[in-house]
This record gives sequence, structure tokens and C-alpha cells, in this order.
Amino acid sequence: MEAEGRVPRPALPAVGEGPGADSHLDAGALGTAQGPLLAAEVLALDDEEDDLEVFSKDSSLTEVNSFSPSVPISPSSMINQYKFEDGPELRDLFITVDDPESHITAIETFITYRVVTKTTRGEFDSSEYEVRRRYQDFLWLKSKLEEAHPTLIIPPLPEKFIMKGMVERFSDEFIETRRKALHKFLNRIADHPTLTFNEDFKIFLTAQAWELSSHKKQGPGLLSRMGQTVRAVASSVRGAVKNRPEMFTEMNNYMETFSQKINLLDKIAHRIYKEERDYFNEMKEYGPIHTLWSASEEDVAESLKGVASCIDRCCRATEKRMAGLSEHLLPILHEYVLYSEILMGVLKRRDQIQGELDSKVDALANKKTDKDLFSEEIGKLEDKVERANNALKADWDRWKQNMQWDMRSTFTNVAENNLRYYEE
Amino acid sequence: MEDCLAKKMEITVSEAEKRTGRNAMNIQETYTAYLIETRAVESQNEGQCAPVESLWRRYSEFELLRNYLSVTYPHIVVPPLPEKRADFVWHKLSADNMDPDFVERRRIGLENFLLRVASHPVLCQDKIFYAFLMQEGGWKEMVNETGFQLKADSRLKALNATFRVKSPDKRFTELKHYSDELQSVISHLLRVRARVADRLYGVYKVHGNYGRVFSEWSAIEKEMGDGLQSAGHHMDVYAASIDDILEEEEHYADQLKEYLFYAEALRAVCRKHELMQYDLEMAAQDLTSKKQQCEELATGTVRTFSLKGMTSKLFGQETPEQREAKIKVLEEQIQEGEEQLKSKNLEGRDFVKSAWADIERFKEQKNHDLKEALISYAVMQISMCKKGIQVWTNAKECFSKM
Repeated sequence: MEAEGRVPRPALPAVGEGPGADSHLDAGALGTAQGPLLAAEVLALDDEEDDLEVFSKDSSLTEVNSFSPSVPISPSSMINQYKFEDGPELRDLFITVDDPESHITAIETFITYRVVTKTTRGEFDSSEYEVRRRYQDFLWLKSKLEEAHPTLIIPPLPEKFIMKGMVERFSDEFIETRRKALHKFLNRIADHPTLTFNEDFKIFLTAQAWELSSHKKQGPGLLSRMGQTVRAVASSVRGAVKNRPEMFTEMNNYMETFSQKINLLDKIAHRIYKEERDYFNEMKEYGPIHTLWSASEEDVAESLKGVASCIDRCCRATEKRMAGLSEHLLPILHEYVLYSEILMGVLKRRDQIQGELDSKVDALANKKTDKDLFSEEIGKLEDKVERANNALKADWDRWKQNMQWDMRSTFTNVAENNLRYYEE
Repeated sequence: MEDCLAKKMEITVSEAEKRTGRNAMNIQETYTAYLIETRAVESQNEGQCAPVESLWRRYSEFELLRNYLSVTYPHIVVPPLPEKRADFVWHKLSADNMDPDFVERRRIGLENFLLRVASHPVLCQDKIFYAFLMQEGGWKEMVNETGFQLKADSRLKALNATFRVKSPDKRFTELKHYSDELQSVISHLLRVRARVADRLYGVYKVHGNYGRVFSEWSAIEKEMGDGLQSAGHHMDVYAASIDDILEEEEHYADQLKEYLFYAEALRAVCRKHELMQYDLEMAAQDLTSKKQQCEELATGTVRTFSLKGMTSKLFGQETPEQREAKIKVLEEQIQEGEEQLKSKNLEGRDFVKSAWADIERFKEQKNHDLKEALISYAVMQISMCKKGIQVWTNAKECFSKM
């Protein structure tokens, strides 16, 4: 089925030209109400995963969703995903997270962060928003995104607690690390060609506190989420999926090894940081000794003082190096550790969906009756699976590119820092 | 200045060897023997190489030599020996006396000791020293025959003198303070340096883990693979480079250690001075009291309270003959005492003069050596940084190709 629709504009992600408000809520509500079991339209997809095209129809998709809602509009739309460009010139959504503040209520104390959004997108009513959010809100957003797009790679959130270091929940260091990670989280979503148009995301960015809480309550509720968990358990009990395409097995293997390696790297980087800190502590003592010595000497005093000052400079350079590490390398490594977990999860969910498909196929083979009904369902499932697969693949490639770029820049950074250190 | 032995002769401690033998108590032990090679330096015209004489000595013989020199030349700052046991080790170095690295460093230290003695204007002329270098057999007996052990001042005497001396030469007191400070600051420095070295070692070595993980990781990557692999290689190079760097630093540490031990030699000279001064003061005091006694007996006045005075009051005066006899004895003693005092005074002044001359010489040597050591340390650091720059530039290139 060929799609009818507008010609997509090449550079910008397609902006829905249709009317706004009602479809927003409709699509959102429907999307969430039906969870992963959307009665999906069968979408014709290009074979090239990377160049999936989306045409947004006027009456429907102001939100580009990989599962188009079963709104009785044109059954076929092609999802248009443009290759993600890293250049910031193409971004039209700028988000910052800053200004943590603590709030003390009778029951608890918590921190809120200010989220400032600037955008030129049409569907946003104004061009600037400023709201305050707390960690729980971020958690909510993440779970909504996961529900809506089970096979897309949702960026990681900073953890709730940090077990390792004895970091107090409200220590400045901890808050700052978390703030940076939250900032990254939102920006990654914004940069994602699909997720960026997610309705909940938009609400997260724009709604006032009370609006947000009321919207939250509209969620699918416990039941559907439980259903999902049950299915997840069931499928994992069933074991490895039979018809898993080769590509995903490869991905799985890759992810396992990658996750191992990245965890190791994370540990190594932390260890290096610790060793450097110890080194720095010892160095701090080293310089002053020379100064002390120079007090008892006459002739050699100058040389000794010179050595002392050089050692102090070394100390400062070491400090800079450590700061560089902790600012750049460590957070990124950590993020990718989390990412690897997420990816494993995504792969599992994909397997799940595939599993459903398979079981339905099996069921069909056994029961001869109700063939039509089944085949339609099966057809839908198949497409769902395929779409999921493709979305995953596309995202995956994107992610890998991102990662490569990140790793490259991170390590280059480290190298540069070290260079600077040695030059000093 | 007379020609120093060092100018006439090349001296090296060229080898070290493990030996087993029986010691004084007839117990089998393992020790290390060092080969001392000497060769007379011919003038350039002759163009011939003189034959190399060599003999083996062990550390305890070096110690004997040094003890002899310290006692025989108390006004000289005698060069110290390298340490008996490994001190200020950081964890990679072992504290084992048999460890080859330790033995090697000790060999260098012993050579340095010999060279310093040989280039000292006074010490190099000592016959025992010469025999140490040239005569293998019977040297120990020769040393013991000099009876130097008898001349050695007892520790207790020296300690006593240090506390009781009233007016030592100010310069020596200052020197003593200086040597105390020097010792404390150098040992502190060496301790911290050892800790710093330890930490630096840690930093470098952990980077080696990067190398391993990178290469494992590169196995599963396609585009990033090559970059990762070569970057990993550079990380390994980086981690390995620390071994050489720290070994070089050990030499620097040894140079500082020498001056740490020199501080002790300085203190020894100061102690000798204090001892002599105390001796002098005691002698002077003795003389004064004898003169006083004499005067009392002669004039019959008791100026100070004394037991004698009391007893004579209680038990009656002495006979004039007895008194005369006593006075005569005292006068003789006073005469002796005055002569002794004169000679002690002379001795003392001579000692101070020659000691101070040597101390000046030592100061110059020390300043020169320390400056050189610091410079070489700085050069080492620069070269370490250059290596670091190289490694990380390469790594950066690899990373950017990923």
C-alpha cells in the first residue's frame, strides 16, 4: 500500500500540519491506553531501515509514533525517519536542566530541577517554557516512553541511589552529577527522531506541576503494566525464541560482550581516578619539603625553591587531569554501562513480541477454525514485529554511531588532557 | 694541593658476586663480594694501558676501613658508605639484601665511596686505604695492628661531653643543628618520594588494563576496531614505561641518601670537637682548683668550704712539714697541668682549624653535588613528560580514527 501524503521536507523532521489540540490528547490517550498491543495498522515499510519515510496526515499524526494509533484515518502512513544528523543547526528544541533546589515538606525532602525549553516548533504553543521537575517525574517519563516504544532505545536515567560511594543523597556532588545526567537524558530524547515527538515528552516539558500530576493519573494503570510483566515472565520462561532473525542474535552477542567490556572500562576509569587522587595527595606533601629544606641551605636554596614550585605546578596539573576525567570520561562510561543494560532489555522485549507472534502462528497451525480472524491477527503481529525490528535496527545503528562518536571524543579528550598535563 | 690518588689511578668496583663462606663464628653464611679494580693512569704520551689490578672485598671490610678512617682522622668529614639494609623502599622494590637491583645499587655506592676517599686531599694518602685497594691478604690484620680501636672515643664519653660542655665553638653548634635539619629533611623527602613513586606506579599500571580491554573490545567492533586496537597498544607502552622511569629515579634517591649519611659524619666531627673542648674545660677546671688548693695551703686561709677545712678545724691543723709536702706536690701537678692545658689548647685550636677547612671543602662539594642531583632530577621529569606526550599523542590519533 503506497502512502499518500505530502512530500516530506528533506531536512526537518516532518511537522504535522494538521490541527493540534484534540488529536494530541487522542493520540496520546489511545497510545497509552492500548499499550504495546495496539491494533496496529499495517504499514508498508521500505526495505532500507534507515530511510523509513513518514508522511504525516493532516488529521492524525501530529505526533509521530512508530505505532500509528487506530484512529480511523488513512490506514497507511509511512513513518518517515530521517537519518539523525548530529549537527546542532538542525535542532529546533533546546533543553537545559539546572538550578537544583530542595523542597521540604512534612513527609519528605526532595530536589527539583528547573527544566528550560526553547523551541521553534509549531506544535508548541509558545517558544519558551520553564518548569520544575523532580526525579520521580523523570522516572514517569521514562516508563511512558518505554511503554510507547518498547523496541526503541530509550536513553538511561541516572540511578536512584549510588551504592558504591558513601554519597549522601543530597550531597552537592551527587546532585550535580544527577543534574548533568538528567540534562543529557532530555537532550538525547530531543535528538531522537521519533521520541522527540512523543506526547508525554511534550507534556513533561511544558505542563505546570498540577497539570502534570493530573495527566500522570490518566495512565494505563497497574493492570496493563502487570499484564506486560506477566507476559515478559512467560516468554522468558519459554526460553530463547526460535525464529529470531540472525541479525538480532548477533546484536545480542555483541551486547553481551560490549556490556562486559564497558563495565570493565568503567571500573578501570574509576580505579585510575582513585590512583590519581592518591598520587595527588602525596604530591601535595612533596613540594613543601623542598621549601623547608631550602630554609637551611644557602647556596642550594634557589634550586630547591625552584623544584618546590615545579612540583606544585605538577600538582595543579594533576588536579586538572582528574577534573577532566571525572567530568568527561567517567559520566560517559557510566551512561554506556546503563545503556548496555537498556539495550539488553530492548532486545528482550523484541524477543517477547516475536514470541507472541510465534505462539500465534503455532496456535494457527493447530486450530483450523477461525482462520481468517487469526490470520488477520497474525498479520498484524507480524507487521508489528517487523516494524519493531526495523525500528530497533535503525535506532541501533544510530546509537552505535553516537556511541562511537562519544567514545572517540571522550578518549580524545582524555588524551588531550594528558597532553596538557605533561606539557605543564 | 697534593695530587690526589684519584688522579693517579682509576678505581672501579666492577662486579658483585654471591659467595658462601664461614664467618668468624664458623657459621656458614652467604654474602656478596665486590671486585675492586684499579689501574694506574698513564700520561697520554705513553699511550699504553697499565695492567689492571683487582681484588675482592666484602661489605664488612668496607665498614672496617671506614671506621679506621673516622677514628684516625676525626677532623675530617669521612664519606659515608651506602646503606647496609634497603631503606625507603616503595612497594615494588624488595628490601632483600640479596636482590640484584639492591646489590647493583650498592655496588655503585661502594664505588662512589672509594672515589670520594681517593679524591680527598688528606684521606687519599693514607696507607691503609692504599692497602685496601691493592693488598688482598693480611689487610685486616694490618688494620687491627694500628690499634685504632683503642683510640676510638667511647660513645658514653662523647654523650657526656655533649651535655656538659660549656663553651664550644659556635660554628660547631650551628653545624650540628644544620646536620640535624639536613638529616630530618632528607629522610622526610625520601619517604614522601617513595610514596609518590608508589602512587605513580599505580596510575601507570592501571592504564595497562585499558590496553587489554581495548583489544578485547576491538574484536567485536567493526569500524572502531582498528583504532581501539592500536590505542590499546599505546596504553600498554605507557604502562610499561613507568618501570624505567622509576629505576632512574632510584639513582637520584641514592644521591640524596649519600648526603643523608653525610649528616652523620658531620655530627661525628662536631662531637669530637665537643669532646676535646670538654676535655680542655675539665683540665682547666682541674688546674684552677689545684691552684686554689695550693694557695689555701700556703696562706692558711680557707676560702671555700671544704671537708678538709672542716676536718682540720675539728681535728687540728696539719704540721708545717705535711703542709710543705702537700704544697710541693700540688706545685708539681700545677706545672704539669699547665703544660697539658697548653698542649690541649693547641690541639683544640689545630683541630678546629683543620676541621673547619675540611668542612668548607665539604660544603662546596655538597652544594655542587646537590645542584647536579636536582638538575638531573628535573631532566628525568622532563623526559618522563616527553614520553607521556608521545604516547598520548599517538593514542589521540588512534582515538580520532575510530
